Amino acid sequence: MQEILQHTVNAMVLGSTYALLGIGLTIIFGIMRVVNFAHGELYTLGAYVAYGMVALLNLDFFSSILVAATVGMLIGALIEFAFLRRKDLKNIDEVMLIMIGIMIIMQNLELMVWGGVAKIIPTPFSQDPISFGDVSISPTRLFVFSIAAILLFIFYLGIERTRFGLAIRATFQDQDAARIVGVNVKAIYTLTFALGSAMAAVAGALLAPMFVATPLMGDLASLKAFAIVILGGLGSLGGAAIGGFLLAFIEEFGASYISSAYRDAFGFLVIIIVMLFRPQGLFAAKERVG
Amino acid sequence: MNWKFFGVFVVCLGLFPLVWPDPYILSVMGSAGIMIIAAISLNLLLGYTGQLSLGHAAFFGIGAYTSALMSLGFNVDLGFGITVQVDPKPVWAAFATAIVVTAFFGWLVGKLAFKVRGAYFVVITISFAQVMRMISLNWTDLTEGPMGMISIPPLSLWLPGEGVVNLTSKAEIYWLVLAVGVIAYLLVAMLVKSRQGRAMIALRENETLATSVGIPVTYFLALAAVISAAIAGAAGGLYAHTVRIIDPDVFLFIYTVTMVIMVVAGGKGTLGGPVVGGLIFGLMPELLRGVVQPEVQWVIYGITMILILLFLPRGLVPAIYDFIAWVRTPIAIPVRESKRALSAGAKS
Repeated sequence: MQEILQHTVNAMVLGSTYALLGIGLTIIFGIMRVVNFAHGELYTLGAYVAYGMVALLNLDFFSSILVAATVGMLIGALIEFAFLRRKDLKNIDEVMLIMIGIMIIMQNLELMVWGGVAKIIPTPFSQDPISFGDVSISPTRLFVFSIAAILLFIFYLGIERTRFGLAIRATFQDQDAARIVGVNVKAIYTLTFALGSAMAAVAGALLAPMFVATPLMGDLASLKAFAIVILGGLGSLGGAAIGGFLLAFIEEFGASYISSAYRDAFGFLVIIIVMLFRPQGLFAAKERVG
Repeated sequence: MNWKFFGVFVVCLGLFPLVWPDPYILSVMGSAGIMIIAAISLNLLLGYTGQLSLGHAAFFGIGAYTSALMSLGFNVDLGFGITVQVDPKPVWAAFATAIVVTAFFGWLVGKLAFKVRGAYFVVITISFAQVMRMISLNWTDLTEGPMGMISIPPLSLWLPGEGVVNLTSKAEIYWLVLAVGVIAYLLVAMLVKSRQGRAMIALRENETLATSVGIPVTYFLALAAVISAAIAGAAGGLYAHTVRIIDPDVFLFIYTVTMVIMVVAGGKGTLGGPVVGGLIFGLMPELLRGVVQPEVQWVIYGITMILILLFLPRGLVPAIYDFIAWVRTPIAIPVRESKRALSAGAKS
């Protein structure tokens, strides 16, 4: 029982960052119909910006996360502005391939700048775990979970309660109708991409201190983000959040009770199974997929 | 591409090792050739049925691993007390098995993945490749895991007068790759010009309309997936027996991306596209090798890919055809222009 509780705590921590990753990808796909292969690279970028700020510029860990978010946002806006504004890019496959091109470029620039060696991001927290009865959690993980949970809550409020959120939801549902009632759809596009990229960067900056930062970490992150989004149903924000936690639970329990070597494979197996029986995802609204 | 041109092109490629017998160049051409075969197979799915499969490296890898395993033999415990033991088989039999096995996986993936389209299909194919990579990394009893499989025997051929020879020299490997490439090209060419091929193209253009005139969607998509996978498996088998070392990295996403770049750059849905794109992107790393470090190479790859997508979205081969057509078109002066020119001439 205690073991199960411990795994649950670990999965919650992991799940909170996965949820950030998944939501970032979902708003981009839901609003812009862009399958963002560069998502994992923005996640890597966030991790390295945090590393650079903390280890090289001696900035404190908390501000470095803010800087990572800002940089992610700017790069996201730049990508949208430079590549996704073209009118002739209607085909979803072509946009996907352009994003793959951006992914290759970003990944190799990161390799050039940082080298292939993994970087450890120092945190101000002590290494001693905090114990709650039988369950223990390291302070870093507790911090990561709190920040991620706060961000998810702020994001929820922003989408549900503000005028900007209303505009995003309107564009999500029907672009043309949103344009008719006066939503600046172009601005929403740029903002969406910037926001989604910022969330990926924050997820990277938060997760990297728990593991390490490597230039190739984005590959798996992109694929996991897809897994999360597919689990939740493409284009469902709540679904993406739940999908993030679900994937973390599947990985954590699969690794503990079935095989730790196949940890990363479970997510993909689940995608294939979900696709077979419920291709619209577990929580999606109606959408034609076949 | 007409047949006369194709014949001349193949003969030139065939004579290449006699004209320029440099082993380094030949081995570069050989490995580019293997990627071109893989690109030809991807083009069948991406170009002719319009389905973007981003897990194509999986078929390549399955082909490579199957062929290597069959030729080396293996003894693996499947659990529940069942063990499977296979003695080393002759290389040609292993190669044939690899093609059959990948064709089966193509059918399986086609059957499962073609329930969905677009982004969903892409994600399933990626997941499939990832699962395959995980298996090759972790099922060490079968695949040796990250250590990879070594000393894979080379392909051999019976030649009149010389008996059975192992194809190990660079020129022999080059001809072998060329031969398989020509077969793959002709197979795809015949297929897309046949009734089945026209059905596939109809699906690409308008699936709803194609279904409504009675084209069985699933059947033709699965057929395309099977043939495409089989060709990719053959390319993988060739890779295993020519490089003679394989590791789980053959399943990496970046290999799929390389194939996609080749097809898209050359022109998807054209027969010559993967060949032209494959020659460019297969030889580019070698040209850049001495000049810049590998990361810069990949950055150049990425930039080239984006530029081609933005400015030549249909690819190089259609652009070349357009150019030829444009050169041949007699120049027509617009009426207003010619009148002005006439009146200007009258005044002077």
